Amino acid sequence: VSQRLAQLDARRRVPRLLVALLVGASLLYIVVLAEPSPEFGGNWRTTTFGSAIDDWQSFARTLLNGLTLAGLLFIVASGFSLIFGLMRVVNMAHGSFYLVGGYIAYEVQQKMTGAGFTIDGTEVNTWEWVFPALVAVTVIGVVGLAVQQVFLRWNQGQELRQALITIAISVIIADQVLAHFNDGLASSVTWPGWTNRLVALPLLGIDYSVARLLVLLMGLAVGLGLWLWLYRTRTGMVIRAGVDDRQMTSALGVNIQLTFAIAFVVGSSLAAFGGVVGASQGAVAPGQDGQWLLNSLVVVIIGGLGSLLGAAAGSLLYGLVFSFSAVYLPTAGNNCCTQYSIVFTFVLLALVLAFRPQGLFGRFS
Amino acid sequence: VTRDPKALTERTIGIGGLVLAIAAPAFFSEYWLDVILTQALIVGIAAASLVFLAAYGGMISLAQTMLMGTAGFMIGNMVTTRAGGESKGLTLGWDPTLALVLALVGTTLLGVFFGALAARSTGIYFLMITLTYSVIGYYFVGQVTVVSGFSGIAGINQYTPPFVGDIVNDRNRLYYIALGVAILVYVAIRLLVRTPFGLALQGLRDEPVRMSSLGYAVPLHRTLAFGLSAFMAALAGVLLVWWQGQIAPGDIGLQSTIDLLIVAVIGGLTRIEGAWVGALAFILINNYVRDSWLTDLLDTVRIGGSFNTIIGLVFLLIVIVSPDGLMGAWDRLWRISRRGTGSGGSAVTAIPAGEKV
Repeated sequence: VSQRLAQLDARRRVPRLLVALLVGASLLYIVVLAEPSPEFGGNWRTTTFGSAIDDWQSFARTLLNGLTLAGLLFIVASGFSLIFGLMRVVNMAHGSFYLVGGYIAYEVQQKMTGAGFTIDGTEVNTWEWVFPALVAVTVIGVVGLAVQQVFLRWNQGQELRQALITIAISVIIADQVLAHFNDGLASSVTWPGWTNRLVALPLLGIDYSVARLLVLLMGLAVGLGLWLWLYRTRTGMVIRAGVDDRQMTSALGVNIQLTFAIAFVVGSSLAAFGGVVGASQGAVAPGQDGQWLLNSLVVVIIGGLGSLLGAAAGSLLYGLVFSFSAVYLPTAGNNCCTQYSIVFTFVLLALVLAFRPQGLFGRFS
Repeated sequence: VTRDPKALTERTIGIGGLVLAIAAPAFFSEYWLDVILTQALIVGIAAASLVFLAAYGGMISLAQTMLMGTAGFMIGNMVTTRAGGESKGLTLGWDPTLALVLALVGTTLLGVFFGALAARSTGIYFLMITLTYSVIGYYFVGQVTVVSGFSGIAGINQYTPPFVGDIVNDRNRLYYIALGVAILVYVAIRLLVRTPFGLALQGLRDEPVRMSSLGYAVPLHRTLAFGLSAFMAALAGVLLVWWQGQIAPGDIGLQSTIDLLIVAVIGGLTRIEGAWVGALAFILINNYVRDSWLTDLLDTVRIGGSFNTIIGLVFLLIVIVSPDGLMGAWDRLWRISRRGTGSGGSAVTAIPAGEKV
């Protein structure tokens, strides 16, 4: 028996060893091995910037970029995870809600400022950003509620059918966006003017964009808000009980349908809010619905479905891997324009699936 | 020999369809044969790989389009040469027969690997994981420009193995090849599900825990089934590049992934035949409704939007009204028509895949 236990123990050590090896190798590469790219040629050590020791500022900036991306990922994916955790609904239209949210904010901001296609940052005050965001969040919240009540309420428990229904809705929305929002062109929301500057970060020794730090802050705020809501209020308590055991919760006299509706509104609104932030940070464009559906899926598969902590951990890991692999992968020779970062996203996903299929903080239902 | 009237009717329709398909070049126009029928056969094979997993393994895979594209990109990279225009990709210029074998084997192995990763997940989790495979595959060929680039690889169908011959000019030839492969895939699936492996697969679709207690290696069976479906998807992928001559990242994008799912759902996720029924229906709608009065109607009622809105609405309607698609509707129609005569008809054996709670 002890031999068998030792065998099992050894088998359990394999994943840890593998992960430790990979993380170690990546760190070694990033911190020491990487070299800045020369004018011509290059080898496996050539990257966009040099190693962290050579070029500390680029490293710090990449780190912060990863963290701010994680903030945005968390805003979007936490909504996806909330809906799934409680209702077992995989909302395939989550990316579409993100997209439409961004476009609505764009249209409202255009109307408010009366400016042309691109608005100068100095012409936008805080209210002219907050109000479009509020409109987008409210509209998508209502849309989400309608979708849930009309299409998802009468077929609870039929997970596949619900996923197919939301896929159909996402197909329709994607086409309607092309027809109705800015001729299907990429559009961005403008941050308020006061964020359009750099701030010196003494600890890291770099200047960094205030707007990006704001994204990180918003991610943290959403996380804190969700935590307070789920763990410190009565509604949150009911939701957590529903995640654990839906039937028992409703048997105790809780109006579970109302709880479902609330969770769906909040989840959809978070997608829309993410869309507004994403549109301010970059732009929204047709096709991004698929990309953000993928982002949400990757985050929750890594972190574990239905877990707030999991969504946070998944966002952080995915954000950092995405940001670092975009910059710190060899860009040698004639492969100059090839981006391998997607491979690393897959490696991350594959490792989690192979060794912890329920996700880092997930539980098997 | 069965005496069940429903099975007899279906068999008659099936044989009739087959005879019609074999004789098709005689009385269909060239356009119809090439654009509608050949495409329907190829898309049907891809959809059959999806339906096979769904109906007998209880796994809805959204990775089939990506696997199909993998075979296409592999063959494209291997056979094309730099001579004769600036073809994208690796332009290895290998022997087409070798390339064909490598593409089929490579895609199957990739399927086994992907299947092994996803094998411990079921139902909706499996759907999500395979969807991420699909989207990652799309971004891979989009970003790693050495193997494809945005515009993809063209001119692939000039390089075919000798036993395939010239399919650029002789489109009837390609039609018969597609028909032959489709029949092979169909027969193979029908035979496979009666083998011990096929029965075990159906067992773990319905009762994974019980099968596991009986000593069956559940993840292994799922992995193998996924590998098999990857092989079928690879066949479809090879036929696809021979048919359209090129392959680009757009061919395996989210839109195509969803389109294939729509095909499978329209046909019905419970029966293999549905794959080709769905493919034909989808392609007919795609060809004849796209610029018809229906699309104009959207503008008339001031909704706006294009053909895709209609496809989405049709899909929504099918999922709501008849989630097991046209084949399910046929089963139901048969039951209703037989109720009066009292002769019963067959019990519907098909279990809606993945709908088990």
